[in-house]
Amino acid sequence: MLRIVVLIKPVPDPASAAERLTPDWRLDRTAAPPVINGNDEYALEAALKLVEAHGGEITVLTMAGHGATDVTRKALAMGATRGVIVTDDALAGSDAVSTARVLAAALRELEYDLVFAGIDSSDGVGGLVHAAVATLLGLPYCSYAARIEPNLEARTVRVRRISPVGYDVLEAPMPALVAGTQALGEPRYPSLKGIMAARSKEVITRSLADLDLADGSVGGRASTTQVLDAKQPPARAATRVVRGAPDEAAREVVAFLAERRLI
Amino acid sequence: MTSILVVGEATADGGLSRISTEVATLARTLAGQAGADISGIVVATDPTVAATDLAGYLPAVTAIADPAEADHVAPQRVASAVLEAARAADYILLGASPDGRDVAGMLSALLGRGVLVNAVGVDWDDGPVVEMSAFGGKLITRSRFAGGSGIVTVRPTVVTAEPAAEPGTVTAASAEPGADLPAVTVVDRVAEASAAAPIEEARIIVAGGRGVGSVDGFRLVEELAEALGGAVGASRAAVDSGWIPYSQQIGQTGKIVKPRLYLALGISGAIQHKVGMQTAETIVAVNRDPDAPIAEFADLVVVGDLFAVGPAILAELRSRSG
Repeated sequence: MLRIVVLIKPVPDPASAAERLTPDWRLDRTAAPPVINGNDEYALEAALKLVEAHGGEITVLTMAGHGATDVTRKALAMGATRGVIVTDDALAGSDAVSTARVLAAALRELEYDLVFAGIDSSDGVGGLVHAAVATLLGLPYCSYAARIEPNLEARTVRVRRISPVGYDVLEAPMPALVAGTQALGEPRYPSLKGIMAARSKEVITRSLADLDLADGSVGGRASTTQVLDAKQPPARAATRVVRGAPDEAAREVVAFLAERRLI
Repeated sequence: MTSILVVGEATADGGLSRISTEVATLARTLAGQAGADISGIVVATDPTVAATDLAGYLPAVTAIADPAEADHVAPQRVASAVLEAARAADYILLGASPDGRDVAGMLSALLGRGVLVNAVGVDWDDGPVVEMSAFGGKLITRSRFAGGSGIVTVRPTVVTAEPAAEPGTVTAASAEPGADLPAVTVVDRVAEASAAAPIEEARIIVAGGRGVGSVDGFRLVEELAEALGGAVGASRAAVDSGWIPYSQQIGQTGKIVKPRLYLALGISGAIQHKVGMQTAETIVAVNRDPDAPIAEFADLVVVGDLFAVGPAILAELRSRSG
Protein backbone atom coordinates (compact mmCIF):
# COMPACT_ATOMS: atom_id res chain seq x y z
CA MET A 1 0.00 0.00 0.00
CA LEU A 2 1.59 3.15 -1.27
CA ARG A 3 0.49 6.69 -0.40
CA ILE A 4 1.58 9.24 -2.95
CA VAL A 5 0.97 12.98 -3.00
CA VAL A 6 1.31 14.56 -6.45
CA LEU A 7 1.85 18.33 -6.65
CA ILE A 8 -0.09 19.68 -9.60
CA LYS A 9 -0.20 23.22 -10.96
CA PRO A 10 -2.78 24.81 -13.23
CA VAL A 11 -1.02 26.60 -16.10
CA PRO A 12 -2.44 28.53 -19.04
CA ASP A 13 -2.80 26.01 -21.86
CA PRO A 14 0.46 26.43 -23.80
CA ALA A 15 -1.31 25.19 -26.94
CA SER A 16 -3.62 28.22 -26.78
CA ALA A 17 -0.68 30.63 -27.25
CA ALA A 18 -2.96 33.18 -25.56
CA GLU A 19 -0.89 33.74 -22.38
CA ARG A 20 -0.44 37.33 -21.23
CA LEU A 21 0.39 39.40 -18.18
CA THR A 22 -1.94 41.66 -16.20
CA PRO A 23 -1.22 45.42 -16.07
CA ASP A 24 0.70 44.85 -12.82
CA TRP A 25 2.84 42.19 -14.53
CA ARG A 26 1.32 39.10 -12.99
CA LEU A 27 0.30 36.08 -15.01
CA ASP A 28 -3.21 36.73 -16.33
CA ARG A 29 -4.82 33.45 -15.37
CA THR A 30 -8.02 34.29 -17.23
CA ALA A 31 -6.34 34.72 -20.62
CA ALA A 32 -6.07 31.04 -21.49
CA PRO A 33 -7.89 27.93 -20.25
CA PRO A 34 -6.13 26.27 -17.27
CA VAL A 35 -4.69 22.78 -17.78
CA ILE A 36 -2.56 20.52 -15.57
CA ASN A 37 1.07 21.47 -16.15
CA GLY A 38 2.49 18.96 -18.66
CA ASN A 39 5.33 17.65 -16.49
CA ASP A 40 2.94 17.27 -13.52
CA GLU A 41 0.76 14.99 -15.65
CA TYR A 42 3.71 12.65 -16.26
CA ALA A 43 4.31 12.54 -12.49
CA LEU A 44 0.62 11.81 -11.90
CA GLU A 45 0.63 9.04 -14.49
CA ALA A 46 3.68 7.45 -12.81
CA ALA A 47 1.82 7.60 -9.48
CA LEU A 48 -1.30 6.00 -10.99
CA LYS A 49 0.74 3.11 -12.43
CA LEU A 50 2.55 2.53 -9.13
CA VAL A 51 -0.70 2.47 -7.16
CA GLU A 52 -2.21 0.08 -9.70
CA ALA A 53 0.80 -2.22 -9.18
CA HIS A 54 1.21 -1.92 -5.39
CA GLY A 55 -2.17 -0.75 -4.14
CA GLY A 56 -2.58 2.52 -2.32
CA GLU A 57 -3.92 6.02 -2.82
CA ILE A 58 -3.06 9.29 -4.48
CA THR A 59 -3.71 12.77 -3.16
CA VAL A 60 -3.26 15.65 -5.61
CA LEU A 61 -2.23 18.90 -3.96
CA THR A 62 -2.46 22.24 -5.67
CA MET A 63 -1.95 25.83 -4.55
CA ALA A 64 -3.85 28.14 -6.84
CA GLY A 65 -6.74 30.48 -7.23
CA HIS A 66 -7.94 30.30 -10.79
CA GLY A 67 -7.99 26.83 -12.33
CA ALA A 68 -7.40 24.80 -9.16
CA THR A 69 -10.80 23.10 -9.34
CA ASP A 70 -10.47 22.30 -13.06
CA VAL A 71 -7.08 20.60 -12.71
CA THR A 72 -8.09 18.78 -9.52
CA ARG A 73 -11.23 17.41 -11.23
CA LYS A 74 -9.17 16.21 -14.18
CA ALA A 75 -6.64 14.50 -11.88
CA LEU A 76 -9.47 12.81 -9.97
CA ALA A 77 -10.99 11.69 -13.28
CA MET A 78 -7.61 10.19 -14.28
CA GLY A 79 -7.73 8.14 -11.07
CA ALA A 80 -6.39 10.14 -8.12
CA THR A 81 -8.13 9.39 -4.83
CA ARG A 82 -8.66 12.88 -3.43
CA GLY A 83 -7.71 16.49 -3.95
CA VAL A 84 -6.39 19.18 -1.64
CA ILE A 85 -6.64 22.77 -2.82
CA VAL A 86 -4.86 25.55 -0.96
CA THR A 87 -6.46 28.81 -1.93
CA ASP A 88 -6.45 32.26 -0.37
CA ASP A 89 -6.72 35.76 -1.79
CA ALA A 90 -3.46 36.63 -0.02
CA LEU A 91 -1.64 34.05 -2.15
CA ALA A 92 -1.94 36.05 -5.38
CA GLY A 93 1.54 37.07 -6.52
CA SER A 94 3.32 34.40 -4.45
CA ASP A 95 6.95 33.82 -5.34
CA ALA A 96 8.79 30.49 -5.33
CA VAL A 97 9.80 30.77 -1.65
CA SER A 98 6.19 31.42 -0.57
CA THR A 99 4.81 28.69 -2.78
CA ALA A 100 7.28 26.20 -1.31
CA ARG A 101 6.38 27.22 2.27
CA VAL A 102 2.66 26.84 1.61
CA LEU A 103 3.04 23.45 -0.10
CA ALA A 104 5.32 22.26 2.71
CA ALA A 105 2.73 23.33 5.31
CA ALA A 106 -0.03 21.52 3.42
CA LEU A 107 2.14 18.39 3.14
CA ARG A 108 2.73 18.39 6.90
CA GLU A 109 -0.99 17.67 7.29
CA LEU A 110 -0.88 14.66 4.96
CA GLU A 111 0.48 11.15 5.29
CA TYR A 112 2.58 9.88 2.41
CA ASP A 113 5.39 7.60 1.33
CA LEU A 114 6.27 9.60 -1.77
CA VAL A 115 5.69 13.12 -3.07
CA PHE A 116 5.83 13.57 -6.85
CA ALA A 117 6.10 16.79 -8.84
CA GLY A 118 6.78 17.76 -12.44
CA ILE A 119 10.34 18.92 -13.08
CA ASP A 120 9.19 22.39 -14.08
CA SER A 121 6.09 24.26 -15.20
CA SER A 122 5.38 25.55 -18.67
CA ASP A 123 4.44 29.02 -17.39
CA GLY A 124 7.23 29.84 -14.94
CA VAL A 125 9.85 27.26 -16.01
CA GLY A 126 11.56 27.84 -12.65
CA GLY A 127 11.78 24.21 -11.68
CA LEU A 128 12.88 24.90 -8.13
CA VAL A 129 9.78 24.91 -5.94
CA HIS A 130 9.93 21.13 -5.41
CA ALA A 131 13.61 21.26 -4.37
CA ALA A 132 12.67 23.97 -1.87
CA VAL A 133 9.71 21.92 -0.57
CA ALA A 134 11.94 18.86 -0.04
CA THR A 135 14.47 21.05 1.77
CA LEU A 136 11.85 22.61 4.07
CA LEU A 137 10.48 19.16 4.96
CA GLY A 138 13.87 17.44 5.22
CA LEU A 139 12.83 14.92 2.55
CA PRO A 140 15.35 13.05 0.40
CA TYR A 141 15.10 14.64 -3.06
CA CYS A 142 15.50 12.99 -6.46
CA SER A 143 15.04 15.08 -9.61
CA TYR A 144 14.96 14.59 -13.40
CA ALA A 145 13.33 11.22 -12.92
CA ALA A 146 12.87 8.92 -15.92
CA ARG A 147 11.77 5.93 -13.82
CA ILE A 148 10.56 5.52 -10.22
CA GLU A 149 10.67 2.14 -8.46
CA PRO A 150 9.63 1.96 -4.80
CA ASN A 151 10.50 -1.03 -2.66
CA LEU A 152 7.79 -1.25 -0.03
CA GLU A 153 9.53 -3.88 2.11
CA ALA A 154 12.83 -2.05 2.26
CA ARG A 155 11.00 1.31 2.47
CA THR A 156 13.27 2.75 -0.22
CA VAL A 157 12.75 4.20 -3.68
CA ARG A 158 15.04 3.86 -6.69
CA VAL A 159 15.00 6.65 -9.24
CA ARG A 160 16.66 6.94 -12.62
CA ARG A 161 17.93 10.52 -12.76
CA ILE A 162 18.75 11.70 -16.27
CA SER A 163 22.44 12.72 -16.49
CA PRO A 164 24.40 14.38 -19.30
CA VAL A 165 25.65 10.96 -20.49
CA GLY A 166 22.77 8.65 -19.62
CA TYR A 167 21.30 8.24 -16.16
CA ASP A 168 22.25 7.77 -12.53
CA VAL A 169 20.39 5.29 -10.37
CA LEU A 170 19.56 6.95 -7.05
CA GLU A 171 18.35 5.26 -3.91
CA ALA A 172 16.63 7.08 -1.07
CA PRO A 173 14.66 6.07 2.01
CA MET A 174 10.93 6.80 1.96
CA PRO A 175 9.28 9.21 2.42
CA ALA A 176 11.03 11.04 -0.42
CA LEU A 177 10.22 13.70 -3.00
CA VAL A 178 10.71 12.88 -6.69
CA ALA A 179 10.53 15.42 -9.52
CA GLY A 180 9.70 13.70 -12.79
CA THR A 181 10.02 14.28 -16.51
CA GLN A 182 8.22 13.32 -19.70
CA ALA A 183 10.44 10.22 -19.82
CA LEU A 184 8.13 8.69 -17.16
CA GLY A 185 5.58 7.99 -19.88
CA GLU A 186 2.49 9.30 -21.60
CA PRO A 187 -0.41 10.28 -19.31
CA ARG A 188 -3.77 8.57 -19.77
CA TYR A 189 -6.98 10.27 -20.81
CA PRO A 190 -9.75 10.22 -18.21
CA SER A 191 -12.35 7.56 -19.04
CA LEU A 192 -16.05 8.31 -18.90
CA LYS A 193 -16.22 6.09 -15.83
CA GLY A 194 -13.37 8.05 -14.29
CA ILE A 195 -15.11 11.36 -14.99
CA MET A 196 -18.30 10.07 -13.35
CA ALA A 197 -16.40 8.69 -10.34
CA ALA A 198 -14.54 11.97 -9.87
CA ARG A 199 -17.79 13.76 -9.02
CA SER A 200 -18.10 11.96 -5.71
CA LYS A 201 -14.42 12.10 -4.72
CA GLU A 202 -13.26 14.17 -1.79
CA VAL A 203 -11.86 17.66 -2.40
CA ILE A 204 -10.50 19.45 0.65
CA THR A 205 -9.98 23.21 0.59
CA ARG A 206 -7.46 24.89 2.86
CA SER A 207 -6.88 28.58 3.52
CA LEU A 208 -3.73 30.17 4.91
CA ALA A 209 -5.44 30.39 8.31
CA ASP A 210 -6.07 26.62 8.19
CA LEU A 211 -2.34 26.12 7.65
CA ASP A 212 -1.30 28.62 10.35
CA LEU A 213 0.29 30.80 7.69
CA ALA A 214 -1.99 33.84 7.89
CA ASP A 215 0.75 35.98 9.46
CA GLY A 216 1.89 37.70 6.25
CA SER A 217 4.96 35.44 5.93
CA VAL A 218 3.75 34.12 2.58
CA GLY A 219 1.83 35.40 -0.43
CA GLY A 220 2.08 38.43 -2.68
CA ARG A 221 2.93 40.86 0.11
CA ALA A 222 5.90 38.73 1.18
CA SER A 223 7.23 38.42 -2.36
CA THR A 224 11.02 38.57 -2.56
CA THR A 225 11.00 39.55 -6.22
CA GLN A 226 9.21 42.15 -8.28
CA VAL A 227 8.62 42.53 -11.99
CA LEU A 228 9.65 45.98 -13.27
CA ASP A 229 8.29 45.76 -16.79
CA ALA A 230 7.76 43.49 -19.77
CA LYS A 231 8.32 44.04 -23.43
CA GLN A 232 8.04 42.10 -26.63
CA PRO A 233 11.32 40.81 -28.00
CA PRO A 234 12.51 42.46 -31.20
CA ALA A 235 10.48 41.04 -34.07
CA ARG A 236 12.26 38.50 -36.26
CA ALA A 237 13.05 39.60 -39.78
CA ALA A 238 10.79 38.37 -42.59
CA THR A 239 11.28 34.76 -43.60
CA ARG A 240 13.24 34.12 -46.78
CA VAL A 241 11.68 31.23 -48.69
CA VAL A 242 13.88 29.11 -50.94
CA ARG A 243 12.42 26.75 -53.52
CA GLY A 244 14.11 24.94 -56.33
CA ALA A 245 16.53 22.12 -57.00
CA PRO A 246 18.25 20.69 -53.91
CA ASP A 247 21.74 21.70 -55.11
CA GLU A 248 20.69 25.29 -55.69
CA ALA A 249 18.80 25.45 -52.40
CA ALA A 250 21.81 24.00 -50.56
CA ARG A 251 24.13 26.61 -52.08
CA GLU A 252 21.75 29.33 -50.97
CA VAL A 253 21.56 27.93 -47.41
CA VAL A 254 25.33 27.65 -47.09
CA ALA A 255 25.85 31.15 -48.52
CA PHE A 256 23.30 32.45 -45.99
CA LEU A 257 25.15 30.73 -43.12
CA ALA A 258 28.45 32.16 -44.33
CA GLU A 259 26.94 35.64 -44.61
CA ARG A 260 25.89 35.39 -40.97
CA ARG A 261 29.32 34.04 -40.02
CA LEU A 262 27.86 30.78 -38.75
CA ILE A 263 30.33 28.67 -40.73
CA MET B 1 30.24 46.52 0.32
CA THR B 2 27.92 44.44 -1.83
CA SER B 3 29.16 40.90 -2.41
CA ILE B 4 28.47 38.43 -5.20
CA LEU B 5 29.15 34.70 -5.00
CA VAL B 6 29.37 32.41 -8.03
CA VAL B 7 28.63 28.75 -7.29
CA GLY B 8 30.66 26.86 -9.90
CA GLU B 9 29.62 23.47 -11.18
CA ALA B 10 32.10 20.64 -11.69
CA THR B 11 31.58 18.17 -14.51
CA ALA B 12 31.68 14.39 -14.05
CA ASP B 13 35.36 14.30 -15.05
CA GLY B 14 36.28 16.99 -12.51
CA GLY B 15 36.53 19.96 -14.89
CA LEU B 16 34.52 23.18 -14.73
CA SER B 17 31.25 23.18 -16.65
CA ARG B 18 31.05 25.61 -19.50
CA ILE B 19 28.03 27.38 -18.05
CA SER B 20 30.05 28.23 -14.93
CA THR B 21 32.61 30.08 -17.09
CA GLU B 22 29.75 32.11 -18.57
CA VAL B 23 28.16 32.84 -15.18
CA ALA B 24 31.54 33.87 -13.77
CA THR B 25 32.12 36.22 -16.71
CA LEU B 26 28.70 37.79 -16.22
CA ALA B 27 29.21 38.11 -12.46
CA ARG B 28 32.58 39.82 -13.00
CA THR B 29 30.95 42.37 -15.31
CA LEU B 30 28.21 43.05 -12.73
CA ALA B 31 30.74 43.39 -9.92
CA GLY B 32 32.62 45.92 -12.04
CA GLN B 33 29.45 47.97 -12.54
CA ALA B 34 28.46 47.70 -8.88
CA GLY B 35 31.88 48.07 -7.31
CA ALA B 36 31.03 44.81 -5.57
CA ASP B 37 33.22 42.18 -4.01
CA ILE B 38 33.19 38.94 -6.02
CA SER B 39 34.26 35.37 -5.33
CA GLY B 40 33.55 31.83 -6.41
CA ILE B 41 33.10 28.46 -4.77
CA VAL B 42 33.30 24.92 -6.13
CA VAL B 43 32.34 21.69 -4.36
CA ALA B 44 33.39 18.34 -5.82
CA THR B 45 34.94 15.02 -4.89
CA ASP B 46 38.20 16.58 -6.08
CA PRO B 47 37.62 20.27 -6.85
CA THR B 48 41.22 21.11 -7.82
CA VAL B 49 40.81 21.42 -11.57
CA ALA B 50 37.37 23.03 -11.53
CA ALA B 51 38.42 25.59 -8.88
CA THR B 52 41.59 26.48 -10.78
CA ASP B 53 39.54 26.90 -13.95
CA LEU B 54 37.03 29.11 -12.12
CA ALA B 55 39.89 31.21 -10.75
CA GLY B 56 40.70 31.99 -14.37
CA TYR B 57 37.55 34.12 -14.30
CA LEU B 58 37.30 35.33 -10.70
CA PRO B 59 39.74 36.93 -8.24
CA ALA B 60 39.14 34.45 -5.39
CA VAL B 61 37.80 30.91 -5.39
CA THR B 62 37.15 28.52 -2.51
CA ALA B 63 37.65 24.84 -3.35
CA ILE B 64 35.75 22.42 -1.15
CA ALA B 65 36.68 18.76 -1.39
CA ASP B 66 33.68 16.60 -0.56
CA PRO B 67 34.60 12.91 -0.89
CA ALA B 68 30.96 11.92 -0.27
CA GLU B 69 30.01 13.28 -3.70
CA ALA B 70 31.59 10.20 -5.25
CA ASP B 71 28.56 8.10 -4.31
CA HIS B 72 25.91 10.71 -3.54
CA VAL B 73 23.87 12.91 -5.84
CA ALA B 74 25.50 16.34 -6.03
CA PRO B 75 22.95 19.15 -5.43
CA GLN B 76 22.24 18.34 -1.75
CA ARG B 77 25.97 18.09 -1.03
CA VAL B 78 26.73 21.34 -2.84
CA ALA B 79 23.89 23.34 -1.26
CA SER B 80 24.91 22.15 2.19
CA ALA B 81 28.63 22.84 1.69
CA VAL B 82 28.20 26.35 0.22
CA LEU B 83 25.48 27.44 2.67
CA GLU B 84 27.62 29.60 4.95
CA ALA B 85 29.41 31.29 2.04
CA ALA B 86 26.03 31.85 0.41
CA ARG B 87 24.60 33.36 3.58
CA ALA B 88 27.52 35.79 3.75
CA ALA B 89 26.99 36.94 0.14
CA ASP B 90 24.31 39.40 -0.96
CA TYR B 91 23.76 37.85 -4.37
CA ILE B 92 24.38 34.30 -5.53
CA LEU B 93 24.73 33.44 -9.21
CA LEU B 94 24.63 29.96 -10.69
CA GLY B 95 23.98 28.28 -13.99
CA ALA B 96 20.44 27.26 -14.89
CA SER B 97 21.57 23.64 -15.39
CA PRO B 98 19.74 20.67 -13.83
CA ASP B 99 22.07 20.69 -10.81
CA GLY B 100 22.11 24.50 -10.68
CA ARG B 101 18.31 24.65 -10.48
CA ASP B 102 18.26 22.08 -7.70
CA VAL B 103 20.95 23.92 -5.72
CA ALA B 104 19.10 27.24 -6.20
CA GLY B 105 15.86 25.74 -4.91
CA MET B 106 17.57 24.31 -1.84
CA LEU B 107 19.45 27.53 -1.05
CA SER B 108 16.29 29.57 -1.47
CA ALA B 109 14.54 27.41 1.13
CA LEU B 110 17.51 27.41 3.50
CA LEU B 111 18.14 31.17 3.26
CA GLY B 112 14.57 32.33 2.65
CA ARG B 113 15.79 34.27 -0.36
CA GLY B 114 14.11 34.97 -3.65
CA VAL B 115 15.24 33.46 -6.92
CA LEU B 116 15.11 34.98 -10.40
CA VAL B 117 15.38 32.06 -12.77
CA ASN B 118 16.69 31.39 -16.26
CA ALA B 119 18.12 34.87 -16.75
CA VAL B 120 18.69 35.78 -20.39
CA GLY B 121 20.39 39.03 -19.41
CA VAL B 122 21.46 40.75 -16.18
CA ASP B 123 22.19 44.44 -15.58
CA TRP B 124 23.01 46.28 -12.40
CA ASP B 125 20.96 49.10 -10.91
CA ASP B 126 21.43 49.07 -7.14
CA GLY B 127 21.15 45.26 -7.37
CA PRO B 128 20.77 42.85 -10.24
CA VAL B 129 18.05 43.62 -12.78
CA VAL B 130 17.25 40.33 -14.45
CA GLU B 131 15.77 39.78 -17.89
CA MET B 132 13.73 36.61 -18.22
CA SER B 133 12.01 35.15 -21.23
CA ALA B 134 8.32 34.42 -20.55
CA PHE B 135 5.85 32.22 -22.41
CA GLY B 136 8.51 30.65 -24.58
CA GLY B 137 9.96 33.95 -25.74
CA LYS B 138 6.75 35.89 -26.36
CA LEU B 139 7.68 38.42 -23.71
CA ILE B 140 10.86 39.58 -21.99
CA THR B 141 10.28 40.62 -18.38
CA ARG B 142 12.69 42.61 -16.20
CA SER B 143 12.67 41.85 -12.49
CA ARG B 144 14.59 42.72 -9.36
CA PHE B 145 14.75 41.55 -5.76
CA ALA B 146 12.53 43.25 -3.22
CA GLY B 147 15.23 43.13 -0.54
CA GLY B 148 18.97 43.55 -0.85
CA SER B 149 19.72 39.91 -1.58
CA GLY B 150 18.76 37.06 -3.88
CA ILE B 151 19.71 34.13 -6.09
CA VAL B 152 19.97 34.29 -9.90
CA THR B 153 20.18 31.31 -12.23
CA VAL B 154 21.56 32.12 -15.68
CA ARG B 155 20.70 30.32 -18.93
CA PRO B 156 23.54 28.87 -21.00
CA THR B 157 24.89 30.90 -23.95
CA VAL B 158 23.65 34.24 -22.53
CA VAL B 159 27.18 35.66 -22.40
CA THR B 160 30.44 34.63 -24.02
CA ALA B 161 32.93 33.41 -21.44
CA GLU B 162 36.01 35.58 -21.16
CA PRO B 163 38.83 34.85 -18.68
CA ALA B 164 40.00 37.63 -16.34
CA ALA B 165 43.18 39.54 -17.21
CA GLU B 166 44.88 37.84 -14.27
CA PRO B 167 43.94 34.54 -12.65
CA GLY B 168 42.66 34.66 -9.07
CA THR B 169 43.60 32.71 -5.99
CA VAL B 170 42.31 29.29 -4.94
CA THR B 171 41.82 28.53 -1.26
CA ALA B 172 41.10 24.97 -0.16
CA ALA B 173 38.50 24.40 2.53
CA SER B 174 37.04 21.29 4.10
CA ALA B 175 33.43 20.28 3.62
CA GLU B 176 31.59 21.33 6.74
CA PRO B 177 27.94 20.70 6.13
CA GLY B 178 26.00 23.89 6.73
CA ALA B 179 22.66 22.15 6.56
CA ASP B 180 21.39 18.71 7.32
CA LEU B 181 20.01 17.74 3.91
CA PRO B 182 19.26 14.03 3.56
CA ALA B 183 21.92 12.48 1.33
CA VAL B 184 20.71 10.43 -1.62
CA THR B 185 22.94 7.53 -2.68
CA VAL B 186 23.99 6.97 -6.28
CA VAL B 187 24.02 3.19 -6.66
CA ASP B 188 24.96 3.21 -10.34
CA ARG B 189 26.03 5.67 -13.04
CA VAL B 190 24.99 4.48 -16.48
CA ALA B 191 26.45 5.89 -19.69
CA GLU B 192 24.18 5.22 -22.64
CA ALA B 193 25.64 4.48 -26.04
CA SER B 194 23.00 6.70 -27.58
CA ALA B 195 24.08 9.69 -25.46
CA ALA B 196 24.80 12.71 -27.63
CA ALA B 197 26.42 16.07 -26.98
CA PRO B 198 24.34 18.18 -24.57
CA ILE B 199 22.15 20.67 -26.41
CA GLU B 200 21.73 23.39 -23.77
CA GLU B 201 25.22 24.77 -24.23
CA ALA B 202 25.55 24.19 -27.98
CA ARG B 203 26.19 27.17 -30.28
CA ILE B 204 24.78 25.26 -33.23
CA ILE B 205 21.94 22.75 -33.12
CA VAL B 206 20.70 20.57 -35.97
CA ALA B 207 17.32 19.18 -34.98
CA GLY B 208 15.12 16.52 -36.54
CA GLY B 209 11.39 15.98 -36.28
CA ARG B 210 8.67 13.71 -37.52
CA GLY B 211 9.80 14.26 -41.11
CA VAL B 212 13.11 12.51 -40.42
CA GLY B 213 11.09 9.31 -40.31
CA SER B 214 13.40 6.79 -38.63
CA VAL B 215 16.52 6.09 -36.59
CA ASP B 216 18.39 5.76 -39.87
CA GLY B 217 17.07 9.13 -40.95
CA PHE B 218 18.73 10.68 -37.91
CA ARG B 219 22.13 9.75 -39.37
CA LEU B 220 21.69 12.64 -41.77
CA VAL B 221 20.88 14.96 -38.84
CA GLU B 222 23.99 13.73 -37.02
CA GLU B 223 26.19 14.17 -40.08
CA LEU B 224 24.99 17.72 -40.59
CA ALA B 225 25.54 18.48 -36.90
CA GLU B 226 29.05 17.13 -37.15
CA ALA B 227 29.81 19.10 -40.31
CA LEU B 228 28.59 22.29 -38.63
CA GLY B 229 30.29 21.55 -35.30
CA GLY B 230 26.94 21.41 -33.52
CA ALA B 231 24.78 19.16 -31.37
CA VAL B 232 21.79 17.03 -32.36
CA GLY B 233 18.34 18.04 -31.13
CA ALA B 234 14.86 16.73 -31.76
CA SER B 235 11.20 17.50 -31.56
CA ARG B 236 8.95 15.51 -29.29
CA ALA B 237 7.54 13.49 -32.20
CA ALA B 238 11.02 12.11 -32.93
CA VAL B 239 11.63 11.30 -29.25
CA ASP B 240 8.23 9.63 -28.86
CA SER B 241 9.02 7.50 -31.90
CA GLY B 242 12.18 6.30 -30.18
CA TRP B 243 14.56 7.65 -32.82
CA ILE B 244 16.57 9.71 -30.34
CA PRO B 245 16.77 9.91 -26.50
CA TYR B 246 14.61 12.29 -24.47
CA SER B 247 17.75 14.17 -23.36
CA GLN B 248 17.88 15.75 -26.83
CA GLN B 249 14.25 16.91 -26.86
CA ILE B 250 13.66 20.62 -27.36
CA GLY B 251 10.38 22.24 -26.36
CA GLN B 252 7.80 22.61 -23.67
CA THR B 253 8.47 19.38 -21.76
CA GLY B 254 12.04 19.11 -23.01
CA LYS B 255 14.83 21.67 -23.02
CA ILE B 256 14.87 25.35 -23.88
CA VAL B 257 17.80 26.35 -26.06
CA LYS B 258 19.20 29.57 -27.48
CA PRO B 259 21.89 28.63 -30.00
CA ARG B 260 23.38 30.95 -32.61
CA LEU B 261 22.07 28.63 -35.35
CA TYR B 262 19.09 26.29 -35.25
CA LEU B 263 18.76 24.09 -38.33
CA ALA B 264 15.39 22.30 -38.23
CA LEU B 265 14.83 19.29 -40.47
CA GLY B 266 11.32 17.93 -40.88
CA ILE B 267 10.04 19.91 -37.88
CA SER B 268 6.68 21.62 -38.31
CA GLY B 269 7.30 24.10 -35.50
CA ALA B 270 4.15 23.60 -33.43
CA ILE B 271 3.88 25.85 -30.36
CA GLN B 272 5.16 23.10 -28.00
CA HIS B 273 8.41 23.00 -30.00
CA LYS B 274 8.57 26.70 -30.77
CA VAL B 275 8.72 27.68 -27.07
CA GLY B 276 11.95 25.71 -26.77
CA MET B 277 13.85 27.30 -29.63
CA GLN B 278 12.35 30.50 -30.93
CA THR B 279 14.96 32.70 -29.28
CA ALA B 280 17.72 31.11 -31.41
CA GLU B 281 19.62 33.86 -33.23
CA THR B 282 19.22 32.31 -36.67
CA ILE B 283 16.64 29.69 -37.60
CA VAL B 284 16.90 27.75 -40.85
CA ALA B 285 14.27 25.12 -41.67
CA VAL B 286 13.94 22.45 -44.32
CA ASN B 287 10.36 21.30 -44.71
CA ARG B 288 8.22 19.89 -47.46
CA ASP B 289 5.21 21.89 -46.29
CA PRO B 290 5.45 25.61 -47.13
CA ASP B 291 2.57 26.25 -44.72
CA ALA B 292 4.24 24.61 -41.69
CA PRO B 293 4.19 26.96 -38.65
CA ILE B 294 8.00 27.08 -38.66
CA ALA B 295 7.86 28.98 -41.97
CA GLU B 296 6.29 31.86 -40.05
CA PHE B 297 9.22 32.47 -37.72
CA ALA B 298 12.30 30.95 -39.36
CA ASP B 299 14.81 33.29 -41.00
CA LEU B 300 15.17 31.02 -44.00
CA VAL B 301 12.98 28.14 -45.12
CA VAL B 302 13.83 25.65 -47.82
CA VAL B 303 10.68 24.09 -49.21
CA GLY B 304 11.73 20.61 -50.18
CA ASP B 305 12.54 17.02 -49.24
CA LEU B 306 15.04 16.99 -46.38
CA PHE B 307 16.59 13.80 -47.75
CA ALA B 308 17.45 15.64 -50.97
CA VAL B 309 18.29 19.06 -49.50
CA GLY B 310 20.15 17.73 -46.43
CA PRO B 311 22.79 15.73 -48.35
CA ALA B 312 23.18 18.65 -50.77
CA ILE B 313 23.90 21.00 -47.83
CA LEU B 314 26.36 18.44 -46.49
CA ALA B 315 28.12 18.25 -49.87
CA GLU B 316 28.22 22.03 -50.15
CA LEU B 317 29.67 22.37 -46.63
CA ARG B 318 32.30 19.73 -47.39
CA SER B 319 33.26 21.34 -50.68
CA ARG B 320 33.76 24.68 -48.88
CA SER B 321 35.96 23.20 -46.20
CA GLY B 322 37.48 20.80 -48.75
